[in-house]
Amino acid sequence: MVDVAIRIHGLGKRYAIGAREQYDTLRDRIAAAASRPFRRLAPGGLGPSTTIWALSNITHEIRRGEVVGIIGGNGAGKSTLLKILSRITTPTEGEAEIHGRVGSLLEIGTGFHPDLTGRENIFLNGAILGMRKTEIERKFDEIVDFAEVGEFIDTPVKHYSSGMYVRLGFAVAAQMEPEILIVDEVLAVGDVHFQRKCLGKLDDVARGGRTVLFVSHNMAAVQRLCTSAMLLERGRLVRIGDVRSTVAAYLGGEARGGFAAAARTGEAQILRADLEDLDGRPLENPSCSDPIVCRIGFALPRRSPGMRVGIGVLACDGTTVFTTNNGDAGTPCPSGPGEFDACVTIPPNTLLAGDFHIALCLWNAGAILDLQEPALSFAVDPGGSPLYAERATRKGYVHVDCAWAVAPRVDTSAAVLT
Amino acid sequence: MSAGASALPVTYIRPGARSMSFTLREVWQSRELLYFLVWRDVKVRYKQTVLGIGWSVLQPFLTMVVFTIFFGRLAKVPSDGVPYPVFSLAALVPWTYFATAASNGSSSLVGNQHLVAKVYFPRVLVPLAAVLMPAVDLAASFGMLMVLMAWYHVVPTPAIITLPLYAVLGMLTAFAVTLWTSALSVRYRDARYVLPFLIQIWLFVSPVAYPASMVPEKWRLVYALNPMATVVEGFRSSLLGTPAPAAMAMIAVPAVAAALSAGVAYFRSVEGSIVDLA
Repeated sequence: MVDVAIRIHGLGKRYAIGAREQYDTLRDRIAAAASRPFRRLAPGGLGPSTTIWALSNITHEIRRGEVVGIIGGNGAGKSTLLKILSRITTPTEGEAEIHGRVGSLLEIGTGFHPDLTGRENIFLNGAILGMRKTEIERKFDEIVDFAEVGEFIDTPVKHYSSGMYVRLGFAVAAQMEPEILIVDEVLAVGDVHFQRKCLGKLDDVARGGRTVLFVSHNMAAVQRLCTSAMLLERGRLVRIGDVRSTVAAYLGGEARGGFAAAARTGEAQILRADLEDLDGRPLENPSCSDPIVCRIGFALPRRSPGMRVGIGVLACDGTTVFTTNNGDAGTPCPSGPGEFDACVTIPPNTLLAGDFHIALCLWNAGAILDLQEPALSFAVDPGGSPLYAERATRKGYVHVDCAWAVAPRVDTSAAVLT
Repeated sequence: MSAGASALPVTYIRPGARSMSFTLREVWQSRELLYFLVWRDVKVRYKQTVLGIGWSVLQPFLTMVVFTIFFGRLAKVPSDGVPYPVFSLAALVPWTYFATAASNGSSSLVGNQHLVAKVYFPRVLVPLAAVLMPAVDLAASFGMLMVLMAWYHVVPTPAIITLPLYAVLGMLTAFAVTLWTSALSVRYRDARYVLPFLIQIWLFVSPVAYPASMVPEKWRLVYALNPMATVVEGFRSSLLGTPAPAAMAMIAVPAVAAALSAGVAYFRSVEGSIVDLA
């Protein structure tokens, strides 16, 4: 009870999506007043149906020191939740209780003015983020260092490259020291180098024992940083729990090893999919050195020539690692009608240790007939693979068997002279 | 552990506009941000213009020249026994401040929408900063007024100590107007067309080009409902030694207080929805 940082109870936010509610002018107001008696008669007139609940009935307690990832698709209400907790907008119902100062970073470089120099913007932005002037002065050199803007510090930021701009913005924000930090999708901007730096900084913050709410579409970042996750779907909180299973739930359902179609559609359809070993036994915890067989059952109710069946292997952050289909191996697909099983074998020592998802697809020259994305989720363990014989970790998602030769240098020119 | 937790400030977030509304304490705590918002507007203005601070001097000066020619020389408007150029400039200095502050302030929330949508701070800082910023111009044009007074050998009387009171009254008037217009223009974009017209009318119902003594005695108190009449006459009396607008002030001060508290109440009621409306 003592350790609660944020207590959210029944929080909801309703938006009016009627156009008039947005930008009205006095003229519209007068016109609306004049037409009010008729409004009820008009089909699709303004009524309660023109509102949308961007967020509804969110209840959760976040303990101090927790790093919570908030995930969900577009329009799930993630940003609305952050805006309410940052006090930018008010909820329509419910309440929240926040213990400690909140720093919110919903955008990088909020309030930067293009005509002001980097130096001036550091002070302005810092003040906007709630820092004291003395605090900014004290941290000024660190900010400039982190931003890597060097001699451009006295140049108006309108002449900055977009990379410099976001680096400067993040550098200022990184100096915030609130008890609770709210961060919205800041990693979406900037190059890889910048993203890595941001993540490193957020890592430090998280390790420093502060409470962090982190919205991102980058599942790898969420998994790396967060201790727990909230999954929002169309304004509702559908899942709270540990990061791994929540991310898996978002990406592909319940970290499942099997897929089964909900119902038969009578069209060309993927019916089921399972992971097996080479002997056809269900594969529970594959390790790197195991061949992974994906068996896909599909139905072709009519004769359908030129069918292709394929899989896409996705990394835990949703990145497609590779795709493969029956045509790659020159294996023809039966034209049907009938039900068929396709087996694709991912060779051993291909996937590195980590979480993966498999998307399934059935298509022909004309169209995609069925797409299940992602249908299967599984984790690969290092196991006894020779890939992990020397070091416990490897970078990347896959191992590619490359040829290597290392030998003493043969100096050909010298050989000719003698 | 429990002691540490209870030491943390607790914020409650609840539905309704009231939960968002600013408090004086919060505004005081954000005074540094207020300073930086004013500082930003001053800096940007002087970076984007060639004349910079020159504009704040040039504008009232040229108006004074025009007024002197048309009202002073041609229309022979009385000037309470003071040379007309000094008489009109002493009024134009506070008036120009008021007009700039009111129009700046009205567009301030719309102009700072990107900020309001991304960071929480007491929203009232935005119109407040917009009203404080032209005070820099006021100081510059006041310097010019001093030069002109010296030129005409007009010596300020001891009444000059009352000058800050009138300056504050002028600022509060501008702030009261701005509280209404800034919030209204978020919702009704018409407001920005109404205001310049309003200010133009307001100039003529304020004793800028003419003395308040021209207004018949029986109408003087109604006239005083316009606080700028007191501000303008007050500037003249404290600098040029014309009679102090004591009776008018008795009306103007409560009028400003009423407008200000109504403005604060209105602003607080819409503060929470500013983001959603923009």
